[in-house]
Amino acid sequence: MMQLPCPYCGVRDEDEFRFGGQSHITRPDLNCSDAEWADYLFCRDNPQGVHFERWLHAFGCGRWFNLARHTVTHEILACYRMGEPKPNVTGDAA
Amino acid sequence: MKRYSALSLLAGALTGHRRWSQAWRTPELRKSYDVVLVGAGGHGLATAYYLAKKHGIRNIAILEKGHLGGGSVGRNTQVTRSNYFWPESAAFFDHSLKLYESMSVDLNFNVMLSQRGILTLAHSHHDLEALRRWANAIQVNEIDSELLTPGDVKRIAPLIRMDGRYPVHGGFIQRRGGISRHDAVAWAYARAASALGVDIIQQCEVTGLTIAGNRIRGVETSRGPITTSKLALCVAGHTSVLAAMAGIRVPVNSMTLQAMVSEPIKPCLDTIVLSPIVHMYVSQSDRGEIVLGGGADVYTSYSQRGGVPVLQETVSALTELFPAFSRLRLMRQWAGIVDITPDTTPLMGKTPVEGLYISGGWGTGGYKAIPAGGDTMAHTIANDSPHPLIASFGLDRFASGALIDEGAASGVAH
Ligand SMILES: Cc1cc2nc3c(=O)[nH]c(=O)nc-3n(C[C@H](O)[C@H](O)[C@H](O)COP(=O)(O)OP(=O)(O)OC[C@H]3O[C@@H](n4cnc5c(N)ncnc54)[C@H](O)[C@@H]3O)c2cc1C
Ligand SMILES: [Zn+2]
Repeated sequence: MMQLPCPYCGVRDEDEFRFGGQSHITRPDLNCSDAEWADYLFCRDNPQGVHFERWLHAFGCGRWFNLARHTVTHEILACYRMGEPKPNVTGDAA
Repeated sequence: MKRYSALSLLAGALTGHRRWSQAWRTPELRKSYDVVLVGAGGHGLATAYYLAKKHGIRNIAILEKGHLGGGSVGRNTQVTRSNYFWPESAAFFDHSLKLYESMSVDLNFNVMLSQRGILTLAHSHHDLEALRRWANAIQVNEIDSELLTPGDVKRIAPLIRMDGRYPVHGGFIQRRGGISRHDAVAWAYARAASALGVDIIQQCEVTGLTIAGNRIRGVETSRGPITTSKLALCVAGHTSVLAAMAGIRVPVNSMTLQAMVSEPIKPCLDTIVLSPIVHMYVSQSDRGEIVLGGGADVYTSYSQRGGVPVLQETVSALTELFPAFSRLRLMRQWAGIVDITPDTTPLMGKTPVEGLYISGGWGTGGYKAIPAGGDTMAHTIANDSPHPLIASFGLDRFASGALIDEGAASGVAH
């Protein structure tokens, strides 16, 4: 069982949370090309390595937060609140 | 290639199985090939076979970082079916099912296809309405599907609990759906491709793509550089990683999909039962094990290890629907990486880089697609133009908006 740290409640089992996908996506200008818009809608980083992602503590405080998590080892490298900038973490690519 | 036959089996048995020859060659890696395929999973192997067989291109290497068949082709739950909703998917997957139907003969290898039917359950009146619409769409696509009453379901799979937590209101069946032996499919294509001259190079990881003037020129590998003018990425769960080597972003999320088997028991379930609502599907293997799977672990992962919550959900859905199985012990649980697209339709065809092709986006349902994926990819590479069956599966559908949303239309897609 993966255990995730909620910044508000502390460490809980993964089944209390809902995954919200990649963080820090910014909407492009509305005059952008169809290709840019498609990239914004559909393409995600999907790295084999450190992933900056949103989680919802659905069966807890009900609040969103961010994690930096390694997608091979599932190691949690950073936990930070919504609106905070991406922390500077690098995991050793496994 | 030595042909397999009843006689060769008998001869093998009489000589204590000491005289079997290698099923495929272990060739030296050469410096240059006409076509390089990355990944010796089902799709890489089948693509190589059809390139050699139908298009006369035999100077081909398949580069595999691990061992042949060690990816999802050897980890899946073996379901083949063509009961898709949209005409594009139906045409592609039915082509695949037809190729499965003749595969053992075509490749001279028994892949043990067993067309035992795939039964999809409805647990409420609304489910049943949705299944009616789906079953009808399948018939309009000229593919077999039959609606079933609760009585029919009970006759086909007597062990199902009809009135439990998930009451059964009916369902539908595609009788041509079935299972086959996944290792045999990989081995059959490997053996046939190798016999036609394809070099299968194991323990050779692709670490970079060489591109100049927007054209593919070769690959960097853990065993040195190779030149080629045509390269296809057949890496399934790693599609994003390899596409990134060419600077291409693909709309794919890599996730973990797990499966598990029980201890073997006497034959008691001779069809595949799938419940889209509780996200569980089950069949019984030739060895008697109950094979089950469910939904993917819902976060990005390249770990190839499944988490406990999904395992628990899958098992509790099974025991609720089949109380008789609650006493069984699970013997093994494992997982693979699946590359899921936003519309759950594969991602196939040309890329913005000349000579670079993608065969991916196989998600949770690419095993059933292996023969058609190989056949159409080979055509696409040989002619540098997408095969008609996959013309709408290209990367460009996301910008044009022409999605083929099977995810919304037909749900669970194993
Ligand atoms: C548990 C589970 C159950 C499933 N059940 C079903 C089912 O019932 N029916 C169905 O239709 N589908 C099912 N699927 C999906 C199906 O297995 C996959 O979609 C399909 O096997 C993917 O295509 P493939 O066989 O070519 O991939 P793979 O076998 O994964 O082949 C890709 C290969 O690429 C190699 N590779 C990756 N990176 C590199 C690199 N850098 N250099 C060299 N080689 C590389 C990998 O090692 C791997 O061998 C299931 C999947 C899983 C995990
Ligand atoms: Zn919380």
